[in-house]
Amino acid sequence: MKGDEARLKCHKIVGGCGEGEALVSHEPICFYLTDPKTGIVREKTHELAGKNLANKVLVFPSGKASSVVQIDGLFKLKSRNLAPIAMIVKDVETVLIVSAVLAKVPLVDRLEEDPFEAIHTGDRVRVDAEKGLVTVRKNIS
Amino acid sequence: MNLTRKEEKMLSGERGQGTQTAMELLVAIGDAFDAEKMIPINRAHAASSGQEGDLYFVELLAKGGAKCLVPTSTNPVYDIEFFHRMFEIPSDEAEVARRVMEAYKKVGAILSWSCLPYLTENIPLFGETVAFSESSATPYVNSVIGAATNREAAQSALAAGVVGKTPRYGLHIRENRKGTVLIRVEAALRGSFDYTLLGQFVGEQIGYGIPVLTGITKRPNTEELINFCAMSNTSGAVSMFYIPGFTVEAQTVQEAFQGDVPEDEITVTDADLKRTWEGMQTASGKIDFVMLGCPHYTLKQMAEAARLLMGKKIHGGVSFWICTSATTKALAVRMGYVDTIEKAGGSVVVDTCIDEPCWTVYRDKVGMTDSPKCAYYRRFKDVVVAGLENCVEAAVKGKYE
Repeated sequence: MKGDEARLKCHKIVGGCGEGEALVSHEPICFYLTDPKTGIVREKTHELAGKNLANKVLVFPSGKASSVVQIDGLFKLKSRNLAPIAMIVKDVETVLIVSAVLAKVPLVDRLEEDPFEAIHTGDRVRVDAEKGLVTVRKNIS
Repeated sequence: MNLTRKEEKMLSGERGQGTQTAMELLVAIGDAFDAEKMIPINRAHAASSGQEGDLYFVELLAKGGAKCLVPTSTNPVYDIEFFHRMFEIPSDEAEVARRVMEAYKKVGAILSWSCLPYLTENIPLFGETVAFSESSATPYVNSVIGAATNREAAQSALAAGVVGKTPRYGLHIRENRKGTVLIRVEAALRGSFDYTLLGQFVGEQIGYGIPVLTGITKRPNTEELINFCAMSNTSGAVSMFYIPGFTVEAQTVQEAFQGDVPEDEITVTDADLKRTWEGMQTASGKIDFVMLGCPHYTLKQMAEAARLLMGKKIHGGVSFWICTSATTKALAVRMGYVDTIEKAGGSVVVDTCIDEPCWTVYRDKVGMTDSPKCAYYRRFKDVVVAGLENCVEAAVKGKYE
């Protein structure tokens, strides 16, 4: 359904391309607090607690926690093919960039619309960091 | 980002693959922040950790022939030989640590294995441009010393050490060093543990930002400042702070805010610090171990621990550890502190940190520490957090009341 497809400009931080189901978190994410064997968020108080971020297009405001744990967390997920397929963030910081570069996960920011308005969990999202383009197909089920 | 011809050559691989990898990371960061150019740094500190992500990057640089162009110190990992004699360490974990330490040596880093390099092994000067990762190091270097660093990751700091440069963004630009939140300290600060609580509270309250603290009338000492830095940059992301009159960069509150008004104002009372303290306890009663030295103990703290333990005997059911740097331990041995601590039944261990896998033997045990970071990372079942004096008293009694 072409009519339900939105094409949004974004700013490339880490290059690459990834397509999958969107998983939206309104809270910052620490990858160390996910289960490295499954990709399930195990931080009990987090809005994504119990959800699996493996191979999802992860939409979140920013990263959190110390550099050591954040990088190790994403790296461990990636080495088991359980990292997000791409990441869309609002506020970028050095540690998250380094994490994404090392794990080779496409990362973009500055979406031309508020990502939390434009994308909802379950939408089909394609992130083309190289072209600076995010394509969103609404989940109509 | 505009690169010089020399920088372009590094990026295209003419100076070797290791340098190219380092440059690629710095360019990605620079582009993300719209940095215009790279600027030279005087030194770097890589928060090495002995974990998989750390290993991947440092080995990539080492195998690619990269060498640090400026002094680049390293954070704690652990002495595998030392711990193997005492504890069971999973062999794959030990192998990661061994390879990490080998690779840092190969890239020519200063093998300090210390989280306080800014006191001894790699000391920035006022006005220098540096790339210092590690939670206490970033705010200490910016605020207490008055050099400029961003909140680096271990890998971006190491890359900067190899290239000798960092992208010009964030705290390398004067306007970004502006205070954001005014903190009115009404609480009485009675020593270094109160600064730990203050750091924890301020970090929790503001999250990301540059606090400007007023109401502190007595000059904070080195250990108090270290504790404030370590905690505010763990419970929050505080890369810089001001205590006008005591920190170097702004002499007045107005100067710290660069003439602007604070985005927010927060008051800290004795009750806030008490509540913060209560909130970090997950246990009471019998304890199995005491773990001190996060961040690493200074020589002064070693002296204080020795004074408190003089002539005492640590309870048979309690293991007592102090983590410090090799440099500090050498002096503490010379001054008799280590002897006093060991006679009481304690141990002083170098090159490591409470967040390393060498401590798995205590995973299901109840511990006590003067550092909330120890509780935060949850390597242990339960933790009591209190000042050094309380920790020593509990170690002797075998329980905390």
